Amino acid sequence: MKPRLSIIALTIAALAAGAALLAWPRSTWPLLAVLGVLFGCLTLNHHKPLRFAIALALLLFFIPAAGTHNTFLFELVTTMGIFAAMSLGLNIVVGMAGLLDLGYAAFFAIGAYTWAIFGSGQASEFMSGSFPLPGWPFFYTFAALAVITGALTGTLIGLPALRLRGDYLAVVTLGLGEVVRVLANNLDHPINFTNGPQGITPIERPPIHWMLKPLEALGLKATPALAYSIFFYLLVLAVIGIVVLVNVRLDRSRFGRAWVAIREDEIAARSMGISLTHTKLQAFATGAAFSGVMGAIFAAKQLFVSPETFTLLQSITILAMVILGGMGSIRGALVGAMAVTLLNIEVLKSFSDFLIHLRQTGFVLNLGIASYNFANLSDQIEPAKYERMIFGLILVLMMIFRPSGLIPERRHRLELGEPKKGACQDTNGGACGPA
Amino acid sequence: MPPALLLQLNQVQACYGHIHALKGVSLEVRAGEIVTLIGSNGAGKSTTLRCISGLLAPRSGEILWRGQAIHGLKPHEIVARGIGHSPEGRRIFPQLTVEENLDLGAYLERDRAIVAQRKGEVFELFPRLAERRKQDGGTLSGGEQQMLAIGRALMQNPALLLLDEPTLGLAPVLVEALFETLQALHRVGKTILLVEQNAWHALQIAQRAYVLQTGVITHSGSARDLANLDEIKRAYLGE
Repeated sequence: MKPRLSIIALTIAALAAGAALLAWPRSTWPLLAVLGVLFGCLTLNHHKPLRFAIALALLLFFIPAAGTHNTFLFELVTTMGIFAAMSLGLNIVVGMAGLLDLGYAAFFAIGAYTWAIFGSGQASEFMSGSFPLPGWPFFYTFAALAVITGALTGTLIGLPALRLRGDYLAVVTLGLGEVVRVLANNLDHPINFTNGPQGITPIERPPIHWMLKPLEALGLKATPALAYSIFFYLLVLAVIGIVVLVNVRLDRSRFGRAWVAIREDEIAARSMGISLTHTKLQAFATGAAFSGVMGAIFAAKQLFVSPETFTLLQSITILAMVILGGMGSIRGALVGAMAVTLLNIEVLKSFSDFLIHLRQTGFVLNLGIASYNFANLSDQIEPAKYERMIFGLILVLMMIFRPSGLIPERRHRLELGEPKKGACQDTNGGACGPA
Repeated sequence: MPPALLLQLNQVQACYGHIHALKGVSLEVRAGEIVTLIGSNGAGKSTTLRCISGLLAPRSGEILWRGQAIHGLKPHEIVARGIGHSPEGRRIFPQLTVEENLDLGAYLERDRAIVAQRKGEVFELFPRLAERRKQDGGTLSGGEQQMLAIGRALMQNPALLLLDEPTLGLAPVLVEALFETLQALHRVGKTILLVEQNAWHALQIAQRAYVLQTGVITHSGSARDLANLDEIKRAYLGE
């Protein structure tokens, strides 16, 4: 499609989807349409200001307006945002620097526990002072602190990366990631740091009474629950905005170039004067920092953290977002996070509900030569239970048909269908030397 | 008075696992010279360069740069001291554009104005690279990739340029052009340590030469003298 045509189509689709979402805030299709338009905003390559405006209109007007009738919208988009920050962080480590990290959920855990321990009564188990710390100003302080604890843990887990490569590094990071979870699980004795498998709850949230007045002015019945939904939604959007900005800046900086250089060719990178030690640790620390801050926000949003949230499966899910979106690509990481989150918490569940509905109503599918009564459908068939299987299938299909991801990084596009020319011999007689 | 001594290797030994690749190599490079290291495959030429640039740690012996020991330093520390290495096999970044490749060459230079100026100089030396600045490195021809590899090393503005087999895989006409470029660099005062299989050409443009055979320097002296030695002619010049 021509650039102009596609942007007009996108604008119309955005308005239609937005209006539909306002009209039917609880049904799935308008939501999918809105998310589809956001996808479009991320995938198209031209009319940047207009695409940005469309995305902003959806995120700051249509979704919040519909969300006041259906807080699930806030929940969904907030979760997407939290995962988007993590996939952007992991994208730096895996996508840009080419270091396969299978323990990424550990940094999320560190960030979450950073606030959970001090934002609840937990800290009084091992130190004196009055806990929980009040949400203002300490939540923000600890969210900032989580950036640092995340980065520090990232550096620690990155240390083995200095000597290991590829699969070996993946195995070690997998192990270290599990160490963090196991520590969270077992540090309830001899001194109770983490409260073990029971987890920590309740966790303080930042006060939001300042939001109630403006919400009432907008004609909303501002219950605290709704206000918190909106608050975390906006907070995550703001943090994502910052994270994307930092990523774009890093991508174009000498750090970004150094990361890509060590991914492409370590020996050449060293010959350029790039220190492998510093560059790899920087990648690990930067990637972990984004995860850390989102961990702290996650803890406050959920009011509860436990080691179960930070399993290997979580790390793999984030990795799948990066791979699905396109390794090394910032827009890809965002799209991947949206797609996987949507798949996990909305699409499969809706499909299950749909099948259950067909079974209960005894719907008969008539294909002329054969017919099938859905009342006979086994109640074992429930897509939500096969989430991982379907998910795996999608990944396999992706690897076959679009191995560089939904939005491949510019630097990776070359690989698609073209032979590697890096080592070609000169045959075309291009002139060399001073002309 | 001879020009200042830049680089000095004293009895450098190096191993890859059990393979004793260098068995005590000594050589020196003075400012403004083109020195060539010739020898057959597996003689240890690339290993010598890798030891100098820190990609391989020598097992014993010493490497002095302007009188100070640099063996045992990390490659990036050695680059920072002014030794640029264009490694064997060109090793450009095929997924990065020509310009990004050059920018990476100047990784240690934070002053953008200086980077831009050096880039201008490289483009002057290799106009073909200027034409293709936005193109991915991997799409260049072999000759252009070699220009890029040398240009990238020059972006460091090194006091000494280590070139490893720059003519490998190039068509004869390109080999001629490349050696002309090296002479042009010599005329503007660059110091080059050149590792070459193409011994005849290398001896034409170098002032001094070393012959390396299975990890040992067998001959050294002025390039002209070596080119006239019968054994050298037989072994390396195909006469």
